[in-house]
Amino acid sequence: MQGKLSRFNVAALVLGFAFLYLPIVLLIVYSFNASRLVTVWGGFSTRWYVALFSNQGLLDAAWVTARVAFVSATVATVLGTLAALALTRYTRFRGRFLFSGMVFAPLVMPEVITGLSLLLLFVAVGFDRGFMTVTLAHITFTMCFVAVVVQSRLISFDRSLEEAAQDLGATPTRTFFQVTLPVIMPAVVAGWMLAFTLSLDDLVIASFTSGPGATTLPMKIYSQVRLGVTPEINAVCTILIAIVTVGVLAAAIVNKRRDVQRQRDEQAAQQAEA
Amino acid sequence: MARAIETTTGGEAAARAGAQAGEGPGTRLAAALASRFVILVPYLWLLFFFLVPFGIVFKISLSHTAIAMPPYTPVLGLGEGLAGLFAGLRELSFENYLWLVDDALYLNAYVSSVVIAAVSTLLTLVVGYPLAYAMARAPGSLRPVLLMLVILPFWTSFLIRVYAWIGILKPEGLLNQFLMWVGVIDTPLLIMNTHTAIFIGIVYSYLPFMVLPLYATLEKMDFSLIEAAQDLGCPPMSAFWKITFPLSLPGVVAGCLLVFIPAVGEFVIPDLLGGSQTLMIGKTLWNEFFANRDWPVASAVAIILLLILVLPIMFFQRAQARAQEQER
Repeated sequence: MQGKLSRFNVAALVLGFAFLYLPIVLLIVYSFNASRLVTVWGGFSTRWYVALFSNQGLLDAAWVTARVAFVSATVATVLGTLAALALTRYTRFRGRFLFSGMVFAPLVMPEVITGLSLLLLFVAVGFDRGFMTVTLAHITFTMCFVAVVVQSRLISFDRSLEEAAQDLGATPTRTFFQVTLPVIMPAVVAGWMLAFTLSLDDLVIASFTSGPGATTLPMKIYSQVRLGVTPEINAVCTILIAIVTVGVLAAAIVNKRRDVQRQRDEQAAQQAEA
Repeated sequence: MARAIETTTGGEAAARAGAQAGEGPGTRLAAALASRFVILVPYLWLLFFFLVPFGIVFKISLSHTAIAMPPYTPVLGLGEGLAGLFAGLRELSFENYLWLVDDALYLNAYVSSVVIAAVSTLLTLVVGYPLAYAMARAPGSLRPVLLMLVILPFWTSFLIRVYAWIGILKPEGLLNQFLMWVGVIDTPLLIMNTHTAIFIGIVYSYLPFMVLPLYATLEKMDFSLIEAAQDLGCPPMSAFWKITFPLSLPGVVAGCLLVFIPAVGEFVIPDLLGGSQTLMIGKTLWNEFFANRDWPVASAVAIILLLILVLPIMFFQRAQARAQEQER
């Protein structure tokens, strides 16, 4: 019965996706505009991309951002996975309500509050603001996203696999690394990627918690956007969009391949049994 | 910070001890240690970097503004013991809160933030529902692709997506160029720097947050119910309101909370699309902090914003927990 879409549904899909993608497509198209006036088409040109690579401030900011995103995503993935395990495996421990609150609240917490409160913490404990403080702040808010992603995978996890491993004499740690982790790996990788892009994108929290010498790319873009729309910014944005799109699509394809492979293996195993 | 690191290494040691004790009769002890480790490490991290900071914000919201670095006079220091604490209690100042109540600017900013967020949430629902519905009715082979298409913009930078709208909405922007070329209008529409621009920005940026939970509930729905209702003579519209919509309510609630709560404190969208006249509390807090360098007032603004949002946030957490229970 779900073979064909009604006219209404097709219209909803077309309009909905046009709304989602048209602004991004226009932004990309106008990054190749020869004219300095962003909204007047002056012919195709890649001059703004060439200009980018001589903009040292922008390149420095991009390097800072990449480092912050890499370190914070990696630590956040470890912490977020532990938090997901704690939430799904241990249904009762003292302070569980507070714990789940602290995992879910940052997902919706306005960024200005998170940014301000973390900054005041760093000032209170006497931390110099810079690379370190931005990274700590990003770990804190991205680990909750990792926890939610990993948790949804853990809920559908077949625990009899772990029990089997332990019956065969594996220690809990060994069971985790050889049975649980490989099964939840796609979610852990997705969590890492999500944490990485969230850190890459963040403007508000970084603005509060960063200090001299740790200007991130979004901070740089924001300060230029406030002065007006320029083709250089369109070019930076296009590069960022390209990186993220390639990353997400590659991950999706790898996941799909692995799924197909697993199905094939399962079928082969069943046939062997029969 | 030092504490968090200590517990991390302590925890690792516990896990290693657990691994060694794992063989034979020690297994139970190892499991207990492992569970300690799994719970304690993220717990302490969040306690120190998420909960404690709120306490500090609250403390500073009660202190006096000072021209120094950091720009406030400390209150409630624990250095002088209990006597110092009592002396400190008398020092506490509610002037920042009185200041917020006295000045109509802040009150207006809170009210207009909540109103703008509520209207935008409703608009996001109106735009997102048909999309989620059509996705749920699409052929099974097409659905993963559609889902991917909804998620992809969510991965691209928020700032970039808001920035893209500036070029479209400004008076000499692409939308006005297009409409004037078609001949619908003669003079450019003034959308930029109005509430309309903020609504568009929020709907656009938060649409995936609305569509994903809606799709999740609609996809699980048994659409043969609708067919049954229609066979019994129920018109399609009323079948929708009587069956589909009530069944999708968990998704509606989750989606609305995911949009509404962050939208109330939104900074980037009102700052870039709303111009200087629009008041939203996230922008006010930002200005108090960065332009006026008044940390105590910024803290008081944050505490009141938190009080406004604490109920929706708890509601959100409950909904999440319930959804999880059903998944099991």
